[in-house]
Amino acid sequence: MSTPPISRGFHGRGSSGKSTRIPPGQHLVTDFPVLSAGPTPEPDLANWKLTLEDGETPLGEWTWAQFNALPQTDLMVDIHCVTTWTKLDTNWRGVSVDTLLEAVGLSEPPGPFVLLYCDGDYTTNVPSEDLLDGKAMVATQFDGEPLDPEHGGPARLLVPHLYFWKSAKWVRRLQFLDSEVPGFWEENGYHIYGDPWREQRYDGD
Amino acid sequence: MTVTDLPASKPKLQWMTAIVREVIDETPRVRSLVLDIPDWPGHRAGQHVDVRLTSDAGYQAQRSYSIASAPEGSHVMLTVERLADGEVSSYLAGDVVAGDQFELRGPIGGYFVWTSALGGPVFLVGGGSGLVPLMSMLRHRAAAKSNVPATLLYSSRTAEDIIYRAELDQFAGQGDGLTLVHTLTRQQPVEWRGLKRRIDRDMLQSVGFAPELKPRIFICGPTPLVEQVARDMRDLGHAAQLIKTERFGPTGR
Repeated sequence: MSTPPISRGFHGRGSSGKSTRIPPGQHLVTDFPVLSAGPTPEPDLANWKLTLEDGETPLGEWTWAQFNALPQTDLMVDIHCVTTWTKLDTNWRGVSVDTLLEAVGLSEPPGPFVLLYCDGDYTTNVPSEDLLDGKAMVATQFDGEPLDPEHGGPARLLVPHLYFWKSAKWVRRLQFLDSEVPGFWEENGYHIYGDPWREQRYDGD
Repeated sequence: MTVTDLPASKPKLQWMTAIVREVIDETPRVRSLVLDIPDWPGHRAGQHVDVRLTSDAGYQAQRSYSIASAPEGSHVMLTVERLADGEVSSYLAGDVVAGDQFELRGPIGGYFVWTSALGGPVFLVGGGSGLVPLMSMLRHRAAAKSNVPATLLYSSRTAEDIIYRAELDQFAGQGDGLTLVHTLTRQQPVEWRGLKRRIDRDMLQSVGFAPELKPRIFICGPTPLVEQVARDMRDLGHAAQLIKTERFGPTGR
């Protein structure tokens, strides 16, 4: 790689004291920015359902009450948005994807890829193994409070080791597939996998 | 989603060197940078770039900025609001002079995009520096000589915070189907005859197009404005798929 041009007079905050937990190209924030491509859907807990599917075959379905009766998991993780902000030590509660699989009697995922469907027609794709072994959950609480609709409430995916667009807001359906199907941002120029530590922001990174 | 929203798979977006050709003070806090980018591949109105600054000590900082210029323009323009404690914005909208250089890559984003071929009507709602990607659309509309019916509802704090004011007035005066509506939320000049309040549902209903006309709606600004306007538009009967949002705020910039 050639040497980048120096931006004359730019000093910035400097690297000294920068946490090693901040991936390349990211910067630390303390608030919680909101980024969505369209309107925030109105929560409708009476009609809310989460479904798990193997291709077109239903594996399981939970109402809001049934979902909240599943064993809950707490996670404290760092999150990284592709728009370059990183937030450390965020606290989440929800149901791990491992628990969802167990609840439908599966010890392993029925397919190597997952396509997630959300209210507002949003979709995103994640390899199944990235959702297992405690790495991901369907989260319903942030910092001990019900998840705010603009942050994805009532329930969003949380897969914190990938850029945060993969942590799909307002998630309703997890579909296991034999091949990878790109989701919404993945169809719109963003990286198919999205590892912040390899700076996989855009298609081709 | 329509086929036009789907770009073909591309090779890696390379970092390119941008040389600042001209600096334009738009408002006390907002500045435009006109850039020479020899390798620029072209863009569509509404897209953004990632900017990377490198200090002489090798420290780098990276942020996203919307493109303000039309695809038809000979130069790429970025318009940056200087934020309190803005590590990158305080440099781009403060220290930079013509001849300075930095890196950028893009264009990025295939969703918050309008091209004249998509047609209309088009309802643009902007708050503060959230006008920037909408301005790219209006500049594109003018350059393409489109007469697609379009309305811009633009909220600023005070008259001196209005970005691109003269150019907007010029566009609106061409009689080609663009309606320009300002609202000033904090302070108005004595002679101000326009709207004087934050954007609300009544304003959106009276200024915007009827849902039956199926306008394409683009909303950009601070998160509270975007959240409220998007909700109000949906409540007024506009289909969620026609409402596209982009957020500007003190973080992520």
